[in-house]
Amino acid sequence: MHIIESGNVAAATGVKLARTEVIAAYPITPQTPLTEKLSELVDSGKMKAEYIPVESEHSALAVCIAASSAGSRTFTATSANGLLYMSEQIHWAAGARLPIVMCVVNRGIGAPWTVWNDHQDSISQRDTGWIQLYACDHQQIIDTVIQAFHIAETVRIPVMVCYDGYLLSHTYMPFEIPEQNAVDAFLPKFTPSYFLDPKNPANLNTVTLPDIRLDVRGNMAPGYMEIRHNLHSDMRRTISVVEEVDQKYQQAIGRGGNPLIEKYQCDDADFIAVCLGSLSYQLRDVVDTLRREGLKTGVAGIRLYRPFPDKTIASEFANAKGLIVFEKALSYGNQGALYADIKSALYRNDNRPFVHNYILGLGGREIKTLDLINAFRTSCTDFRKIGDDPQWIGLKL
Amino acid sequence: MSEKTTILTLPEEELVHPGNRACAGCGLSIIYRIGLKALGRDTILVVPPSCLTVLQGLYPIASTQLPCLNVTFASTAAAATGVLGALRAQGREKTTVAAWAGDGGTSDIGIQALSGACERGENFIFICYDNEAYMNTGVQRSGTTPQGVITTTTPIRGKLQKKKEVPAIIAAHGIDYVATASAAYPLDLYDKIKKAKTISGPKYLHVHCPCPAGWGFDPRYTVKIGKLAVETGLYDIYEIEKGKFQLTGPSQKLDNKKRKPVSDYFKTQSRFRALSKERIQEIQQSIDEKWEGYQKN
Repeated sequence: MHIIESGNVAAATGVKLARTEVIAAYPITPQTPLTEKLSELVDSGKMKAEYIPVESEHSALAVCIAASSAGSRTFTATSANGLLYMSEQIHWAAGARLPIVMCVVNRGIGAPWTVWNDHQDSISQRDTGWIQLYACDHQQIIDTVIQAFHIAETVRIPVMVCYDGYLLSHTYMPFEIPEQNAVDAFLPKFTPSYFLDPKNPANLNTVTLPDIRLDVRGNMAPGYMEIRHNLHSDMRRTISVVEEVDQKYQQAIGRGGNPLIEKYQCDDADFIAVCLGSLSYQLRDVVDTLRREGLKTGVAGIRLYRPFPDKTIASEFANAKGLIVFEKALSYGNQGALYADIKSALYRNDNRPFVHNYILGLGGREIKTLDLINAFRTSCTDFRKIGDDPQWIGLKL
Repeated sequence: MSEKTTILTLPEEELVHPGNRACAGCGLSIIYRIGLKALGRDTILVVPPSCLTVLQGLYPIASTQLPCLNVTFASTAAAATGVLGALRAQGREKTTVAAWAGDGGTSDIGIQALSGACERGENFIFICYDNEAYMNTGVQRSGTTPQGVITTTTPIRGKLQKKKEVPAIIAAHGIDYVATASAAYPLDLYDKIKKAKTISGPKYLHVHCPCPAGWGFDPRYTVKIGKLAVETGLYDIYEIEKGKFQLTGPSQKLDNKKRKPVSDYFKTQSRFRALSKERIQEIQQSIDEKWEGYQKN
């Protein structure tokens, strides 16, 4: 069924179709309409789930952590400072290996207060052990939310589905809603191998020593470091799981095909713009313009940011002359996080393209297509002019 | 409860393995053993960082026989909410959910989540064991440390502020059952937990818990000191049931004649060494006034 609705409603519809059992959320702009929609679905009886209106984001993720530990499929959503207020729990959820799904409706971080879009919130949580997927339109939001539960439950690692505040959350676009029976066939019921159960008691997340230790039956149990190593190796395995889940989704629902990177005009491109989220759509117009000028350009929207598909990036872009990374976040005092990751991925190649970094759109600063065209053109035609330092687009000093 | 539990009628089945990591004379180890008997096997525990985290054992060895979720410091009552949500979603509502936190985890960092859960009316039992400081981290002051007490963060003059009255704060949420108890009277606690299990909605139990290492007394006097706190009228045992306050157990039997002077209690513990005679006199006066108030009502 095709409908025209907001990105937040697309996300809520995905959560409903995934038959989520426990939802907890605390309101924050621009996430609010998503949780309002979910509470409406639960309150009206259209969705059979527990909706828990908690008193903070820290508690929202606490509810999800506990409900997931007790064996239920769980969901929450937040933005910006709400995400940061959860930060301790974000690490906890990953360490406890709980397949929670959370939408991060991307927004800039205070101070000073801003409610508008950039990516600093989710990027600042990239090292927590969560899988991060970025959606670039409404269709991707609903499809990615449904896929996220499958990915999370396959590898027992929580997933953030990130999408741009206002630009996607509050705009209306047509998208297709999958049939419930097709989603049911794609996403089996959540059946964890262990959960909080008085018939089979276990003390979960207890203090773990630096070294390995024998249990009461004489079996060697891992230490903290082994447990953390397992999280990392399962994160690396997740790259292929994301591809497999995408294939399965294509078979069941009929959409997909770009699980790691959403590419536009990249096949013969000399210069490729790289970005996260909805910016890739705006950059498609830029590419069309520059191609008319004779510049062979393309766009690569990174969909899977953590784990980082570094080997795919190194091989896919081995023949490009330049990669131009457009970012709505910054590792202050260094460079854009995505820029550093892209350079690191390319380091394994003998012939490396040049890589440029543009910082733009912080705190919702308007991103003008003409500014993108000029920056991208300069990077293509006059690339030696631009060094390793991030270049700022739209800055009015 | 119609019939009071005695040592003869207490269930024999132990839900705590012998050989746990509690210190000698730990008040918590008494109430944990008795408390788990009252909660029973069909219970899920939620525990934030505290002495109980250590008592329950280091991975992969556990001293508890109940399923337990260890959670972050501030999130205890919210995590209990999450367990309840999952149990409802799965039709496992008969299982008891008990959150068990220390005084810091309850009165300071955990109070927001606890307040939220009480306001939402979550059907769980919250047990605060109050040893009146951050004992697990090495005796730092908490919101429930009494005035005048020496801790590692009130090292010279003692704590300048009053003890936070957490049961009164929780009672202000309008929940149906708030009660206090003491590690010195474990059977009273047993009966109160059993009673809490029959009431739906949030139940709050605040348990005074002497700590030899943190309070500065010989481990053999844990029960004696716990009783002295009650017998001097410093720590009161009561229930607030549907808003109705009533002294219970040992505090109910106490009157102005039987009440011992507060100095009897203070002199047993080195943590009170900064209290001057004048200060003790002032505290005695405020305790006398509190008890005059009780006896008028």
